[in-house]
Amino acid sequence: MTDDQTPGRVKEPVIYQPAGAVVTETPLITGEHNYQTIDNTIGNVVLNQRGHPAQWFMVFGVAFLWVNIMLVAFCWLLYKGVGIWGINIPVGWGFAIINFVWWIGIGHAGTLISAILLLLRQQWRNSINRFAEAMTLFAVMCAGLFPLLHTGRPWVAYWLFPYPNVLSMWPQFRSPLVWDVFAVSTYITVSALFWYLGLVPDFATMRDKARAKPIKMLFGMLAMGWRGSAQHWWRYETAYLILAGLSTPLVLSVHSVVSLDFAVSIIPGWHATIFPPYFVAGAVYAGFAMVILLAIPIRAWYGLKDFITMKHLDWCAKIMLATGLVVFYGYLTEAFYAWYGGDRYEFAIMHDRWFGAYWPSYWLLILCNGLTPQLLWSKKVRYNVPALFIISLIVSLGMWLERFEIVVQSLHHEYMPSYWGMYYGTIWDYATFFGTLGFFTFMMFLFVRYVPMINMFEMKDLLNRITHFPRHAHEGDGHEEPGLGAAKEHA
Amino acid sequence: MAAEAARVSPIYGLVAEFDNQDDILAAAAAARKAGYKRMDCYTPFPVHGLTEAMEFEDARVPWTIFIGGLTGMCVGYGLQFWINCIEYPLNVGGRPYHSWPSFIPVTFECIILFAALTAVLTVLGYSGLPRPYHPVFNTPNFETASQYHFFLAIEARDAHFDIVKTREFLESLHPLAVSEVEK
Repeated sequence: MTDDQTPGRVKEPVIYQPAGAVVTETPLITGEHNYQTIDNTIGNVVLNQRGHPAQWFMVFGVAFLWVNIMLVAFCWLLYKGVGIWGINIPVGWGFAIINFVWWIGIGHAGTLISAILLLLRQQWRNSINRFAEAMTLFAVMCAGLFPLLHTGRPWVAYWLFPYPNVLSMWPQFRSPLVWDVFAVSTYITVSALFWYLGLVPDFATMRDKARAKPIKMLFGMLAMGWRGSAQHWWRYETAYLILAGLSTPLVLSVHSVVSLDFAVSIIPGWHATIFPPYFVAGAVYAGFAMVILLAIPIRAWYGLKDFITMKHLDWCAKIMLATGLVVFYGYLTEAFYAWYGGDRYEFAIMHDRWFGAYWPSYWLLILCNGLTPQLLWSKKVRYNVPALFIISLIVSLGMWLERFEIVVQSLHHEYMPSYWGMYYGTIWDYATFFGTLGFFTFMMFLFVRYVPMINMFEMKDLLNRITHFPRHAHEGDGHEEPGLGAAKEHA
Repeated sequence: MAAEAARVSPIYGLVAEFDNQDDILAAAAAARKAGYKRMDCYTPFPVHGLTEAMEFEDARVPWTIFIGGLTGMCVGYGLQFWINCIEYPLNVGGRPYHSWPSFIPVTFECIILFAALTAVLTVLGYSGLPRPYHPVFNTPNFETASQYHFFLAIEARDAHFDIVKTREFLESLHPLAVSEVEK
């Protein structure tokens, strides 16, 4: 980066912020940018297919291998049945439900960024919302696989939906498990709609930027003839805002319903009113950890450090810290309930959690989720990229352990000693779990390569807002088309 | 009416090209002041204040979405009521069939689902999309409308449209170019 003040430079911006917006001390777009360089930096990742770094191929290759492991695990499961997993009485909900809750929680950060931060007029969301929404879609896909396979006969999973059938049977709508079917399928539909609607204007930009005819046609079809009419923009913005307003309660409802799968039962350790808020906070917590895990390598490899700045990582880390504190409070509350409630079974389950067979996972959970994120109070840690990456990994592990504690530990030590037993995941449990990690990475990397991963028109709008853009700055003043290579110089 | 106008004038309209949002804002306001109604702006991102300058608002959008949500509510609750109270009543420990609190989550999800689907269909439907061909795409340099340039189109079917006067008017706004666009 240079320090000369050329037109279009956003280093020391004159900040034109709408009322209620956050005024930042460091800009949300760094480096030298105008409308064209924004399009080029983001769009050329897709249009210049030769510009992909070696790391892309390495990660994609490993992810592809894991996808194959997942497929093998699925085939074996469909052939043999759910007996290949470690589930049995008393622990009937093993890895499948742990992973379902874990994945769907990760998805929630995407909706939080795209919807809630939009309603709160947080402009920093603009550069991360597109890939956070993609993350939501792929995480919910992974999540959906688990209950589907856990039914044992996924080929008749449509029985979960109400439809007139020859059995003349209907779902039981008083069960949270049926609510879950509606919540998750609505969630993935609305997330996909929200994501696609936001992509339409960018597909139009890609259509107009592309030179090869087939690429132009492909993006042209995806853009559906979008021509940037002011009237269309008005409808678009109105509907987009309403969609954000709809997604906000939706995302809260989805994880609340997931938590009710547990809380409505009478299993000690599950039957707690704290569950819905505590699950939602945990979801956002794990989700922001995943956003950081994805943003760090992608911004480095694709020269996007001008758009996904340290400020963005800093704020993600702060949200992670805040939600982490809520989650930690949840753990303390659970312990308090067990003692104050005076129910001997609740007390027994908490005692077992601390000192029983699964004690290492509980204390590791406290270390990962309760203590490690406290490091994020320090600005030095938040601005240290490797440290942030490692903390996010630890938090992801911690959130998985939390679901392990809730699902397995609560079931293994129920009311009667005759009903006690241990649960261990089998190799197929691990293969399925790591397989979905591979699938998620596989999809994310395809997305990064074939879809503009940052919302280009929102970035232009943001640039327009944070600096009163000088006239004629984009032509005849020595700005050549920098593309991927030159953008990297800023990074 | 529109077909008649089409026969009268073989062109779609006149399109002026600008390179920044201040000019397009001023141009839209001036065109509106000059009495043009059949006009539209084409911009790479939503320029705030532009629809106000054009005096455009589509009040149908929020209402349609509201009706979509309302439909979802009726469908969701009605479905559960019909299934669990009429078609397939399940007696669970003698509890009432019409146990409405447990019908709320699914009703809520249906409201969101229907409203969200309506929202997307509203944007596309009221805007006449998908539409692969539109005369304005014939404008020279129009591919920049989705990237970095701003266009103001005044259609030939506007009552005030006059090929000479309208061109003069557009030239007075200091655009980069004014083009006659074919249908």
